[in-house]
Amino acid sequence: MSDYNFAYLDEQTKRMIRRAILKGLAVPGYQVPFASREMPMPYGWGTGGVQVSAATLTPDDTLKVIDQGADDTTNAVSIRKFFEKTAGVETTEETEKASVIQTRHRIPEAELTEDQILVYQVPIPEPLRFLEPRETETRKMHALQEYGLMHVKLYEDISQHGAIATAYAYPVKVEGRYVMDPSPIPKFDNPKMEMAAIQLFGAGREQRIYAVPPYTQVVSLDFEDYPFEASKAEHACDLCGSEHSYLDEVILDDAGNRMFVCSDTDYCRSRREAGHSGRLSEEAA
Amino acid sequence: MSLQTSSAVYAGGFSNPPVASAHAFRAAMNAMARPGEVQEITGATPPEGISPAAGCLLLTLCDPETGVFLAPGADTEAVRAWLAFHTGAPIVAAEQADFVLGSWEALMPLARFRTGTPEYPDRSATLIVEVPGFGTPNAQLRGPGIKGTAEMQLPELAAFQDNAVLYPLGLDFFFTSGSQVAALPRSTQVAAEA
Repeated sequence: MSDYNFAYLDEQTKRMIRRAILKGLAVPGYQVPFASREMPMPYGWGTGGVQVSAATLTPDDTLKVIDQGADDTTNAVSIRKFFEKTAGVETTEETEKASVIQTRHRIPEAELTEDQILVYQVPIPEPLRFLEPRETETRKMHALQEYGLMHVKLYEDISQHGAIATAYAYPVKVEGRYVMDPSPIPKFDNPKMEMAAIQLFGAGREQRIYAVPPYTQVVSLDFEDYPFEASKAEHACDLCGSEHSYLDEVILDDAGNRMFVCSDTDYCRSRREAGHSGRLSEEAA
Repeated sequence: MSLQTSSAVYAGGFSNPPVASAHAFRAAMNAMARPGEVQEITGATPPEGISPAAGCLLLTLCDPETGVFLAPGADTEAVRAWLAFHTGAPIVAAEQADFVLGSWEALMPLARFRTGTPEYPDRSATLIVEVPGFGTPNAQLRGPGIKGTAEMQLPELAAFQDNAVLYPLGLDFFFTSGSQVAALPRSTQVAAEA
């Protein structure tokens, strides 16, 4: 065991974060201010998610960390190691075995259960920020449910591109009240937010925590004549053949060859182990 | 203060605070995220007059930054001394409290507790209501955290219906009995059990 307090943060900090989480769950989608601490990693690397995870973890938990769906990228590996060292928790790459999943910009393909907690890393928690830079004003807009500006933004998308061009961080309305930033997940993931697991959101630099309890209504904003569409690349995964997962595009050479692979590495691996294969898997090649 | 009462003041905290409070918080979070579901919460042995579940919540959530109001019945020398030693939380008036502890009757009237402001609905009181148990459900619950409907025993219905009307302002409730806790946030719609 290390010389850190369990899960790195001191107890008073954890209590402050825990109080914010409880208020966040009581008012789904509302951003609760909290006294974010400096963490041993730079802003933008998940300091908010890490603090929420630290306040939520128990020694019995199994932690999974993903970065854009992948378990093996720098951000995911370093956060996993951080909690292995400071909390001594078990870690896993398998979605089904995890009880707490910290994520950067994806929701796992496998359906989450009531026994799981999903912690999002959030860069800009305020969905209205790029439309109105003043915090005093956006607070008032949330208080008055003044969300017309957001619909104007989506309308401008349509008038400019013929469709709603927002592809990630697509705004949602939670339980008919608060417009919320789902963090920069692809809009493909938006429909999954009505799930059985507890969803917690932590923004470290911006000092906000918010939450979505299980089975809470989460509606992506849209128009009657331009309904929301959960889009993805029109391909199957070239490794596991899945036609239902969110895909990353990988450039293979200078000749314009490319491949599409599942962004969720654990989902792709488990499908390949179950015998599925795609266009470029070794058996096919 | 006799030797016996003073040792009761120092005893009864979490034996391993970081781990025990993590487990207690998980129970509290599951309760708040799933209104009406009863969770086990253990680890604290508070003085006589308040339940172990309420003691766990106080140890997990209160510190010098949170004002606590003890309603008549829960407001004893022993509880004040225990709370002061283990959490350092100041005892404040009902109107300023972040956390409130007491039986349902002792908590009346609810209108005096903070419900937050339109810009900061989180600046509201959390009430820890000591109840005899979670026996026969008399209320049907709907809202965030609930798949379809849930059932729960509540001390009365009207007060919670009035509280839900204030949404997104309002009070959030924990109910404690023995080593069990359940919760009812302001977001829950309460109706009479059909």
